[in-house]
Amino acid sequence: MTRTESLPPAGTGRRRRKRFDALPFVLVSPAVLATLAVVFYPMFTAVSMSVYDYVVWKPSSSRFIWFDNYLAALKSDLFWTAFRQTLLWIGCTVPLQLLLGLATALLLNRRFAWRWLARMLVIIPWALPSVVIGLMWRWIYDANFGVMNDFLLRLRLIEEGVPWLATTGTALYSIILVLIWQGFPFFAVMLLAGLQSIPRELYEAVEVDGAGIWGKFIHVTLPGLKSVLVTSVLLRLIWVANSVDVIYVMTEGGPGSATHTLPLYAYALSRKAMRFGIASAIAVLFTLMLLALVIVYLRRVDDSGGTRE
Amino acid sequence: MSRKIGASGSLGRDRLAVRLLTLHVPMLLIILFALAPYLWMFLTSITPTVEINRMRILGGSPTIDHYVKLFTRVNFLSNMANSLVVAAGTVAAGLVLSVSAAYAFSRFRFRGRSYLMRQFLVVNMFPVVLLLIPLFIIMRQAGLIDTYWAIIISHSTFAIPFSTWMMTGYMDAIPRELDEAAMIDGCTRPGTLLRVVLPLCAPGVVATGIYLFITSWNEYLYAATLAGGQLKTITVAIQSLIGEYEIEWGLLTAGGFIGSLPATILFLIVQRRLVSGLTQGAVKG
Repeated sequence: MTRTESLPPAGTGRRRRKRFDALPFVLVSPAVLATLAVVFYPMFTAVSMSVYDYVVWKPSSSRFIWFDNYLAALKSDLFWTAFRQTLLWIGCTVPLQLLLGLATALLLNRRFAWRWLARMLVIIPWALPSVVIGLMWRWIYDANFGVMNDFLLRLRLIEEGVPWLATTGTALYSIILVLIWQGFPFFAVMLLAGLQSIPRELYEAVEVDGAGIWGKFIHVTLPGLKSVLVTSVLLRLIWVANSVDVIYVMTEGGPGSATHTLPLYAYALSRKAMRFGIASAIAVLFTLMLLALVIVYLRRVDDSGGTRE
Repeated sequence: MSRKIGASGSLGRDRLAVRLLTLHVPMLLIILFALAPYLWMFLTSITPTVEINRMRILGGSPTIDHYVKLFTRVNFLSNMANSLVVAAGTVAAGLVLSVSAAYAFSRFRFRGRSYLMRQFLVVNMFPVVLLLIPLFIIMRQAGLIDTYWAIIISHSTFAIPFSTWMMTGYMDAIPRELDEAAMIDGCTRPGTLLRVVLPLCAPGVVATGIYLFITSWNEYLYAATLAGGQLKTITVAIQSLIGEYEIEWGLLTAGGFIGSLPATILFLIVQRRLVSGLTQGAVKG
């Protein structure tokens, strides 16, 4: 399951000659140089922009202002609102995606006639463009013609149509539901692959010991899934924390600041207000927060022998 | 593969009922949840505007009016062509620039290898906003705003690291003995890569390429920020439909359906191989 097993011991046959071999460095250079140019150069530009009072129409008149952008960001209420909403957004979305994805994976791991069809159809939300997802859910949530209101009215769960995306109290949760919908197929297929790599003998062994469904789940399934589970949760945390497009298409952060998250706030500041300095500062701060997650993730990769030699 | 969880009781009607309740019904509900919004969008797109405004989706006889309008009035076809160019460019850049690196990571153990591999992994996790803001400034200074180049370059930020990582995994699955045999037969290193390894992992390369195509086709933020004036990709065009025609839901849903069709079909075709590549990637990193 881990990569160590599929990797033969480091090129024993080839290391006959111990002299320096330039070939691998030549081979990696196109990808490395391209990445330096398109990722690292912009990244350093972002960091340098964040300490300037950047004037987009006249870059030459930009002033170096130390950490004023950072201080301005940290002092603004909107930053902390966005920060809280980012936590809420991630904290609701990822666990619920995981639970629904796990349930789906457990079902798909059983044997039934239309399994291939179910497996195929369930990943459709994953394949759709975020813009289309935002659009179709806007249509579903529409205050006047939306099917959500229609449905709930018929069930008599609400008395009158709710403008889901235009109400401060409901907008963020409405979008969280969309993100759960978009992301649970990812968990489903990842965890399904994890389930299928658990050897059957393990189940048979605990069956002999008289374990029931729960016993098998707790003692075999969960431990077997642990590695895939942790990795996919971390990947998803980072991915959800990053996804600006669905919110932007659905509410542009509104009403007011009700659906602002940190990356969306930075994006809106740069795109609408053209305040690139402070937007970069927020983007840098947000990246530092994510970095903590990335480090946890890399630890895991190391533990599983991923990038080790 | 047989069932792994579930009662191993005797066959019979009880068991059928249990299976129905614990397997078929929940599975159906989940599939319904996954598909309903998509189906709803499609059904809206074939409902006449009059009926949509009376909140009767599927009322009246199905119509293709919205689709006709999409292609005649809104110039959707040229937006699709734009997306095609961008996605093809992204796939080409991603695959060509990363294939030799993937080969090096898979076949050589050299100083800095694990450090570099880790960088490619980390790069995939940078927030889009962190790169988007400076890329806008850089492209503006270079006069590339509203060109294919701007979008393709910005999409390379995820395409190169992603395909390097995926292809390293696929190449790891090809036995090294084949390389060595080819080299004994007089093949050079590049020859081995092109004539032996690449053909063998062609399915993996194709899956990686298709995934890049889908991601690029579906991408919105870069395409909207670095272009979007004269040059609109499909996602930007759909989003601008929302602004221009606030209540024309028939047209919007038709655009959404057409815009998502290529990626959805491709995804369904390659899902098996893709998922195996992704999970392999996720387990190992």
